Amino acid sequence: MANERGSIRQNRAPSALPNLCNLGVTLRVLLAVNGLALLAVLVRNAAWSGLAARIVDLSMWVEPILIASLLAVCASRKWLDRVSYRFAFILAVAAVAAIAWFFSDAIRQVVDSPANPWQAMLWAALTATCVLQWLMLTQQAREPALAEARLMALTSRIRPHFLFNSLNAILGVIRADPRRAETALEELAELFRALMQDPRDLVLLSDEIALSRRYLDLERLRLGDRLKVKWDVASCPPDALMPSLMLQPLLENAVYHGVEPADDPGAISIHLARMNNQVRIELINPLQAGQVPAKGNQMALANIRERLMLLYDIEASLVTEVGENSYTVRITIPYRKQ
Amino acid sequence: MTALRLLLVDDEAPARTRLRNLLDDIAPQFATEVVAEAGDGIEALERIEDAAFDVALVDIRMPRMDGLQLALQLMRRAEPPAIIFITAFDQYAVKAFDLSAVDYLLKPVRSQRLLEALRKVRRGEPGPAALQKLVPDGRRQLRSTERGRVILIPIEEVLFLRAEQKYVTARTAIAEHLLEDSLLQLESEFGQRFVRVHRNCLVAVAAMAGYERAADEEGEGEPHWQLRLRGVSDKIPVSRRQWPVVKALIKN
Repeated sequence: MANERGSIRQNRAPSALPNLCNLGVTLRVLLAVNGLALLAVLVRNAAWSGLAARIVDLSMWVEPILIASLLAVCASRKWLDRVSYRFAFILAVAAVAAIAWFFSDAIRQVVDSPANPWQAMLWAALTATCVLQWLMLTQQAREPALAEARLMALTSRIRPHFLFNSLNAILGVIRADPRRAETALEELAELFRALMQDPRDLVLLSDEIALSRRYLDLERLRLGDRLKVKWDVASCPPDALMPSLMLQPLLENAVYHGVEPADDPGAISIHLARMNNQVRIELINPLQAGQVPAKGNQMALANIRERLMLLYDIEASLVTEVGENSYTVRITIPYRKQ
Repeated sequence: MTALRLLLVDDEAPARTRLRNLLDDIAPQFATEVVAEAGDGIEALERIEDAAFDVALVDIRMPRMDGLQLALQLMRRAEPPAIIFITAFDQYAVKAFDLSAVDYLLKPVRSQRLLEALRKVRRGEPGPAALQKLVPDGRRQLRSTERGRVILIPIEEVLFLRAEQKYVTARTAIAEHLLEDSLLQLESEFGQRFVRVHRNCLVAVAAMAGYERAADEEGEGEPHWQLRLRGVSDKIPVSRRQWPVVKALIKN
């Protein structure tokens, strides 16, 4: 625990290069490098005339090198992740420099230009250093937010309302049915173990489903027949990875807002399915007519949204939909296996 | 000493079991008798219709009718009981309870704390004033008894309230119900929602559709006005004294 707290306060050195296979990161790099190229053209040419031609001219050199570099770094990600950050950094810059030399030499021969490949190599290496450094800094700037999100998660992901009510329910059955009370305490322990995990860890979808079932079992102790849940997980790959505790807080919301205040609530339904290279999680809970989703609900959703953003950038999404008497949350994450 | 008669209201069965266990535990020091148990406010009102009891132990968060609404209804009984609220975790409610010095128990309930609360309890507490602070909007339902059955009328469905001889009736779009409250009481409780249009009638502001001149049998004298309402064909006469107030409300 002491270790973990340490990691919350410090800004650790990054352990790996930014993931250049991630669409968001790739987009940022493309924008940044092209922006730099544009700036270079503007600085070198005071006159507006012929500016467009020069931009096109420079793009001819920049784009092939940029795209090839991105592909190369992304492709060699597995090996780069195994070495230290510093070494990986140097390797990546060297690779970009080599690509720059190779391409500019080739282009020079095709278009018959007097440009020097060594100069292109130097420019490319410099740009690569700047871009990697910039990505590292933005990543570090987010690191405290990640730690914050984790602390918040500890305090808000499981409602105190649920904890105290569950303990009270367990105390209620302990004399009449000690075995049921034992199971309930075991389930509570499991739930809290999952809660204290690092929120950056990805877990197997099947594990998350098992945990959610345990949570529902606990709620069933207090709510009895009022709690009805329909699972639809047939078309979902159990080996998919997802952020830990993403399903359980959604269910907790559904129980708190959809089931508890209703006299004869409908069922909560959960659909998990794989669609091409994405996993879709859909949760629908009944909503009392005229009831507006409360603030606590929004907080849990904001928490999940932030974690999705931290883990997947723009490759994941979370949308909600308020129907006449139902509330739907849809999450899409990229399909990844162990 | 005779046993204190209790009503237990909680939507979770294990929570009620827990309370009964604790009451058994403290029985040697403090004798109690559970008169009725219920899973929500409405069920509680039905169960205790003819039963006498001293203290209600009431969970706050319940379906159909929550603990605070139940308390408001219980306070209108001829012999109002004492009410002890129970909550697992509700920062807002707990703060409000502390401010208005209303006693409450936290879940999981401890026997010592339950004993303390029962020992110092007094009939009729918390009083209407303290409850008014906890639930500023007042009751959400009016209560009527018909052939021994409790009927709860959502306040937003009531179009007008009229005093007729001994009784007050509440008129909705589909029915008419006898109430046990007095018109004066209702006016002070729901002054925001209803306006007095006549000595013996309160009309829901939201139900007023317009006004028209009443047919004057003698064909002379000062004009009389009457209200048209949404949903019913009844016309409500407006007294001369209240006319300026009612007219201003309709114009807005």
